[in-house]
Amino acid sequence: MTASVSLEKITCTFASKSGEGSYTAVRDVDLAIADGEFVSVVGPTGCGKSTLLNVAAGLLRPSSGSVKIHGEPLAGINRRAGYMFQSEALLPWRSALGNVVTGLEFRGEDAGAAREKGEAWLERVGLAGFGDRYPHQLSGGMRKRVSLAQMLILDPQILLMDEPFSALDVQTRQLMENELLELWSANRKSVIFITHDLEEAISLSDRVVVLSAGPATRPIGEYVIDLPRPRDVSEIRLTPRFIELHDRIWHAMKDEVLKGYAQTRNRTTS
Amino acid sequence: MRKKLWIWQLVLLVAIFAFWHVATHPELIPPFVWDNPNRAAFFFGEPVKIFKVIVEWFAGGEIYPHLWVTLQETALAFVIGSVLGLAIGLWLGLTPFASALLDPYIKAMNAMPRVVLAPIFMVWFGLGIWSKVALGVTLVFFIVFFNVYQGVKEVSPVVLNNATMLGATRRQLLRYVYLPSATSWVFSSLHTSVGMAFVGAVVGEYLGSAKGVGYLIHMAEGSFDINTVFAGILVLTIFALVLDFAVSAAEKRLLVWRPTQGETEQAL
Repeated sequence: MTASVSLEKITCTFASKSGEGSYTAVRDVDLAIADGEFVSVVGPTGCGKSTLLNVAAGLLRPSSGSVKIHGEPLAGINRRAGYMFQSEALLPWRSALGNVVTGLEFRGEDAGAAREKGEAWLERVGLAGFGDRYPHQLSGGMRKRVSLAQMLILDPQILLMDEPFSALDVQTRQLMENELLELWSANRKSVIFITHDLEEAISLSDRVVVLSAGPATRPIGEYVIDLPRPRDVSEIRLTPRFIELHDRIWHAMKDEVLKGYAQTRNRTTS
Repeated sequence: MRKKLWIWQLVLLVAIFAFWHVATHPELIPPFVWDNPNRAAFFFGEPVKIFKVIVEWFAGGEIYPHLWVTLQETALAFVIGSVLGLAIGLWLGLTPFASALLDPYIKAMNAMPRVVLAPIFMVWFGLGIWSKVALGVTLVFFIVFFNVYQGVKEVSPVVLNNATMLGATRRQLLRYVYLPSATSWVFSSLHTSVGMAFVGAVVGEYLGSAKGVGYLIHMAEGSFDINTVFAGILVLTIFALVLDFAVSAAEKRLLVWRPTQGETEQAL
């Protein structure tokens, strides 16, 4: 079976801002996601997780290596993928409904049909009746729901998610995680979910990939999460198997996290 | 509290006019600066006479065509200057080569005192409204241009990437992201640019025309009719206040999506 997304020997090197020297964010990364698989990528802060996701999205061209989508090499923007960003990505001058249907408008779909679909998606993410609100009139959690609907309305085969819930409070976050799992299980898509939160990664995924600290980040471990589905993210955290997996992965990650922490500290103090 | 403030503001206005009247009316108080009791009125006018002129203007209908001309010039200068500033700001914001090439010229043109162009415009466009519109356009253009240029540069890269991932073509990015963002910057400079359009119109009229409130002031000055000059200034001030009020109302309608305090963050 060909993988839904496959990154082969990806290296990304950036020229530093001062013009001298360069910074290698990721080096020789191989990563393959099967069709319908939910894969989380965890790693210490500043390790180049987002870089990998941007490469898979086609927003960033790798310095070397290749990206294949369903076996075909990726050229330009990945049209089969939906991307959910960490920070605010909604168009502030469009209402919630306007934002949800933006992608349909880009495709040139009929405005009436798009509107109907948009209303249905707003309802599915629990925002029925909030369609005419502008992003600034919504809470952080509600804005994330709009982003989710905005992405899912286009029915992408691949979901790329860059710490989408990291700005939310714990309760809202667990609610959103459960909703994401529910939406995902209804219509299994391939997911690459970037996070620095190991608990989030384990409770959502089929597989967790651990990255080393930067620079020249590479995967240092892969763990299959054999927890039963459907899951409730807050309940599953209390099961023995979860704790066992958490211990194992955390053990492997710990050194890298400390390394990453020491590096960021050196960078800020020096 | 609000209402009280309003009353105090009115009291202050009355006090200013009362002082003006007492200080300028001949022989109401003993002269303290000039020996000649009529001198103060000669330099500063007399409020009562000024109001008489204004009332005559409006009652006789003499002022309306002049106001209409000034309003037309202001509106045309604002619209043309804004459209030009928006278009060129978007273009230069999106083409780094052109903006680098034209940068020194734009800086030079902005630094130049543009009022000196008024005589040239009069030669080009005649004494009618278009020479005044042209002067207003040169003033409005740069305000809008710099705002739009900045606005394009500061479009959030995340919003751009998001639109790209949602399938936007280059053209759709322009229409859905750059243009609304730039337009919001135009509106944020709305008060200044409408004011500048007004300045362009009045200065243009003052320097040479056959109609407009600026022309009325200029004519009165020619015959040392200080009361009419002040009447013209007062009418212009009120006119500018009304314009500003209209702009505020338009702004409120058009920028509903902008966050304002006390309205953000509503719990689910």
